Amino acid sequence: MPLTPFPSLFPALPELFLICAAMALLMVGAFRGEGSARLVSWLAVLALVVTIGLVVVVGPARQVGLNGLFITDGFAFFMKVLVLIGSALSIVMSMGYNEREGIARFEFPVLILLATLGMLMMISAHDLISLYIGLELQSLALYVCAAFKRDSVASTEAGLKYFVLGALSSGMLLYGCSLIYGFSGTTSFDQLAQSFAAGQASTGIIVGIVFVSVGLAFKCSAVPFHMWTPDVYQGAPTPVTAFFSIAPKVAAVALFIRFLVEPFGGLAGEWRQIIQFIAIASMLLGAFAAINQRNIKRLMAYSSIGHVGYALIGLAAGTEDGITGVLIYMAIYIFMNVGTFAVILSMRRNGKMVEGIDELAGLGKTQPAMALALGIFMFSMAGIPPLAGFFSKLYVFMAAINAGLVPLAIIGVVSSVVGAFYYLRIVKLMYFDEPTGVFDRPIGREIQAVLIVAATVVMLFFIVPAPLVSGAGAAAASLFPG
Amino acid sequence: MIISTICFYLFSLVAVASGVMVISARNPVHSVLFLILAFFNAAGLFVLLGAEFLAMILVVVYVGAVAVLFLFVVMMLDINFVELRHGALQYLPIGALVGCVLLAELVLVAGFWVAGPTLSAAATAPTPALAQLSNTQAIGALIYTRYFYAFQAAGVVLLIAMIGAIVLTLRSREGVRRQRSSQQINRLRSDTVEVVRVKIGEGV
Repeated sequence: MPLTPFPSLFPALPELFLICAAMALLMVGAFRGEGSARLVSWLAVLALVVTIGLVVVVGPARQVGLNGLFITDGFAFFMKVLVLIGSALSIVMSMGYNEREGIARFEFPVLILLATLGMLMMISAHDLISLYIGLELQSLALYVCAAFKRDSVASTEAGLKYFVLGALSSGMLLYGCSLIYGFSGTTSFDQLAQSFAAGQASTGIIVGIVFVSVGLAFKCSAVPFHMWTPDVYQGAPTPVTAFFSIAPKVAAVALFIRFLVEPFGGLAGEWRQIIQFIAIASMLLGAFAAINQRNIKRLMAYSSIGHVGYALIGLAAGTEDGITGVLIYMAIYIFMNVGTFAVILSMRRNGKMVEGIDELAGLGKTQPAMALALGIFMFSMAGIPPLAGFFSKLYVFMAAINAGLVPLAIIGVVSSVVGAFYYLRIVKLMYFDEPTGVFDRPIGREIQAVLIVAATVVMLFFIVPAPLVSGAGAAAASLFPG
Repeated sequence: MIISTICFYLFSLVAVASGVMVISARNPVHSVLFLILAFFNAAGLFVLLGAEFLAMILVVVYVGAVAVLFLFVVMMLDINFVELRHGALQYLPIGALVGCVLLAELVLVAGFWVAGPTLSAAATAPTPALAQLSNTQAIGALIYTRYFYAFQAAGVVLLIAMIGAIVLTLRSREGVRRQRSSQQINRLRSDTVEVVRVKIGEGV
């Protein structure tokens, strides 16, 4: 039998390093036993930082490797860096909480590393098979994370709910993949792109795209596949919720973009209306359903549903500008969310976590620095200039208007006005209501550091927007060759 | 030719019939057994198609592992299936409706199936020709060369499943008596046996 040449592993260098690091840390944890959680967590953060370095070493040039199953390009470069930053910050934020709640076990950072590995594989997927395997690798680790606080009924329920609904959505996605394969005879994104460049496709392909989109919409919690989000966000331990709302969401949006733009870019006319519907429904639900929420984690769940809606506007536009908008949106979204969750993680009273938004009353008097930071994030999420959140919305709305989707942009603006109500209510609670009590101090050096970094990025983005904007532009351009 | 046709109808008939029995049998253990029968018949259909590897995998994985696991769950968990199934009939109309819609969609979709220009030449040609390699060998050659990335990644998925199972279920129990052989061997006579000189008539 002829020997096939061994493919170059260079494009997958970050992933290879990450899996080796995860297994090594598993060994470190297993041999050092109880009490190694903090060491393993810091080593995991180090591993993620090294992985960012390796992503930079591999570079933004387009390379298809591992027999066409794997791709790195400018888009993958940008998204991988975002995901790795998000995961690293999540691990940093989780340490103090896990120790206080008695769930500090070394498996937690290892599971987050493995989930991150799945996300990198999703972002680099260049074939339906690698798409599915990356997605499943990520999801399986996330299911375990959601149920990590295994003595709490809420956490177990969150894990089970996420698992059952996630399995259902994976089934939908696989069904769609099988239809696409059955009607095109190939799973490779390159060959699919060639087949459909002319914009002609049979019904089977369209149905397949719809099914895969359902699976991906579930993973990034877009309406109408968002039902799991509030329950899982509320039930899961808070650092896990923070992680869920950051890295996996970025990875799922990245996969959504890659799946629709790369192999099926020629069929944009067919899938654009689906994405428009999902975007409009997510924005409206995110704006209206959050008004009545009293639990801050549930509130953040609806807020993240809304943000996915805004981001998908850029995808619905389907142009290079639109994708640039999505990338900027996700980058800024990460920092706003990290900061907000850093505040939520320090909402402790008498050693117990509190989650009601009324508990924030009078924070402006009791802890002015934290209140200021949370105020910045809330104003930014509401989209008030000159904070970063305003610019992220501006870019996607501009792209939508340039692509002729004026109604979509109008609905976006209206729903962000509605959404501003509940963001600003938190600001009002903090500064104009009487304090009901004080939160425990100190909040921990890691949380403080994360808060300062996130607040600085969100506040000062408008002074030096060039690196992010040009980076996102280059990343989006790599999806549209020629 | 006629024999394979007869086999096809036999296998498919039994498969459909046992599928119906899976959901209609009163005893859950019988349901699982019918499920196993359905798997065997599906394996028979695969053999008729010339996909003997898939047939064997179906038997090994689904009958050998999954169905036996179901059997364990059914027999070990104390679930009242009769009560669980109570009222299942009232969902039958809507279930049937959804099923019919899906079937209609499938027929519509399959009706438009064309192996036209979109089907690439590589996909239609068996790789390599059946006369040279059995399909077990062919699948192996593909998995370990072209798709080794997916194969290895699937291994990582299994690793995560294992870590997850341990994280969620392993607890250190208090008061478990473990055998420690080094302690047993290093025990001295003086640690355990006390020689007491008992005076006559007084007891210990």
